[in-house]
Amino acid sequence: MLLIQLWQFILDPANTFWDHTLAYLQVCAVSVALATVLGIVIGVAVVRSPLLSFVAVNLSGLMRAIPIIAFLAAALPYLGVGFKPTIVALTLLGIPPILLNTYTGIRSIEPAIIDAARGMGLNTRQILLRIQVPLVLPIVAAGVRTSAVQIVATATLAAIIGAGGYGEYIVNGLYEFKTVQILAGALPVALLAMLVELLMGWLQRALTPAGLRVQETALSEAVRA
Amino acid sequence: MARIAFHEVSKYYRGASKPAVDHVSFEVAESSICMLLGTSGSGKTTLLRMVNRLIEPSSGTITIDGHSILEENPIQLRRRIGYVIQQVGLFPHMTIAENVRLTAEIAGWSKDRMERRVDELLTLVGLDPAEYRRRYPRQLSGGQQQRVGLARALASDPAILLMDEPFGALDAITRVHLQDELQRIQREMRKTILFVTHDVEEAFRLGDQIAILSEGRLVQIGSPVDLLLRPADEFVSRLIGSDNIQRQLQYLPVRSAMLAGTEAAGEDERQPRCSSEATLLEALMSLIASGAQALLVYDEQSQAPIGTITLSAINQAITTVRHTETAPTTVSPAH
Ligand SMILES: Nc1ncnc2c1ncn2[C@@H]1O[C@H](COP(=O)(O)OP(=O)(O)O)[C@@H](O)[C@H]1O
Ligand SMILES: [Mg+2]
Repeated sequence: MLLIQLWQFILDPANTFWDHTLAYLQVCAVSVALATVLGIVIGVAVVRSPLLSFVAVNLSGLMRAIPIIAFLAAALPYLGVGFKPTIVALTLLGIPPILLNTYTGIRSIEPAIIDAARGMGLNTRQILLRIQVPLVLPIVAAGVRTSAVQIVATATLAAIIGAGGYGEYIVNGLYEFKTVQILAGALPVALLAMLVELLMGWLQRALTPAGLRVQETALSEAVRA
Repeated sequence: MARIAFHEVSKYYRGASKPAVDHVSFEVAESSICMLLGTSGSGKTTLLRMVNRLIEPSSGTITIDGHSILEENPIQLRRRIGYVIQQVGLFPHMTIAENVRLTAEIAGWSKDRMERRVDELLTLVGLDPAEYRRRYPRQLSGGQQQRVGLARALASDPAILLMDEPFGALDAITRVHLQDELQRIQREMRKTILFVTHDVEEAFRLGDQIAILSEGRLVQIGSPVDLLLRPADEFVSRLIGSDNIQRQLQYLPVRSAMLAGTEAAGEDERQPRCSSEATLLEALMSLIASGAQALLVYDEQSQAPIGTITLSAINQAITTVRHTETAPTTVSPAH
């Protein structure tokens, strides 16, 4: 029975499943965190310059179009192998959705809203904290959600460049034709990806202010009617 | 307390060949409504936004009660000036109550005082607090949103209100409704209001004074009656529609068409009467309704009979106005 074999594989200390899990989570968490910080920082930085934002937005679009394996393979000669290059590759992969959403989120705030706020005598910090952040945060969260799911799913490939984690099971399993080993890598990844998707979806909704949700409700009701 | 004075104010935008505002000087009396009227691009918005320093003048000075606004901290200045814009700009993630009380909150008011103020303001602008406090801007119609915009601008009880085509995006019926409300509110609050519009009818309905701008220059400033009777030039005359019979009837006072002497009407007690400050339209309707040949005109103040008004006098007056070519001397514009 495959499931029992899988369970035994996981429990067998020789296979160091928990170490693999930890390595995997570590790679993912560090990459998502870095991509989030960099994506937001770059997004905010380019938003005021038409030229910079043109470059950043199009570069991000291009990067999303590159297949993930091609990305890792192309990066290999430059980044070498191990933990750090894996982080670099996954972070680069995760930046575009976050950068794009940060940029479009800021741009999508009606200028009249900022104009009204300035006219009322709010200072720059008050406008940022009370108006811009609450309005942009849910959109950034949607970008982080996309990035996180992508990073979690892609991190298996990191085994190719020697960063360990579940990918090792998959790579070795394929090499040795061991289904159980392949599953021991693939199933947790699938579960983790779904978990991240659910968690981030919940976070995104939690960060969306009620006032922004009302229109969606009205719209979806109109569609259903 | 708030008299606004513009002195030789100009604004040159970077890279523009012509100034957006060109040596404009005029005053807005305390507690009055001054309409800035002009076609698109004439510099109305630029002029308005210099008052709360969202735009800095290139030269000239603007004073409030004699004090130059350039010497005041812009943030402090804006907090004592209400600002209402066409797109309203309500904060979509905040409830109506949160929108209205934001400035009070920043100013550190107590919660009780803020809540009372919100209820007071919503009531003032014709929105039932119980129903609207907790709603979000997107759950309101355009007209309701602008009512909230007005309430928000009035939150800290500013003496000055700047309004940039506040009713420009509303349908005709809602617009007239809100114009009436603004007049009602103004009778209560007596703010000094600078109001941008490109709608001549709106300028006439609301304005104590109308400042006409063209290509950044102040062409003429005067009361609606001044403008109708003595347009500075062909441009003003065409812009305000000096030959618009309806407008003349609605805004010209009986005084401007009255015949001297009271004999024609007779001094009979029962003779239909009208005030010298009534509009020609009111006189006309009175004439038709009573079937009389003439109305006895009495002075608004002394209540003494001072003349008569007849159908042909009204006709004569509006025909004269229509055919008056540009009057030689008028209220002098800046240039
Ligand atoms: N930020 C700006 N930069 C450059 N030119 C501007 C800017 N804002 C307005 N202008 C120009 O200044 C003139 C007056 O504009 P504006 O004050 O908006 O007029 P109005 O409100 O009467 O339509 C127009 O020619 C407009 O194109
Ligand atoms: Mg304008």
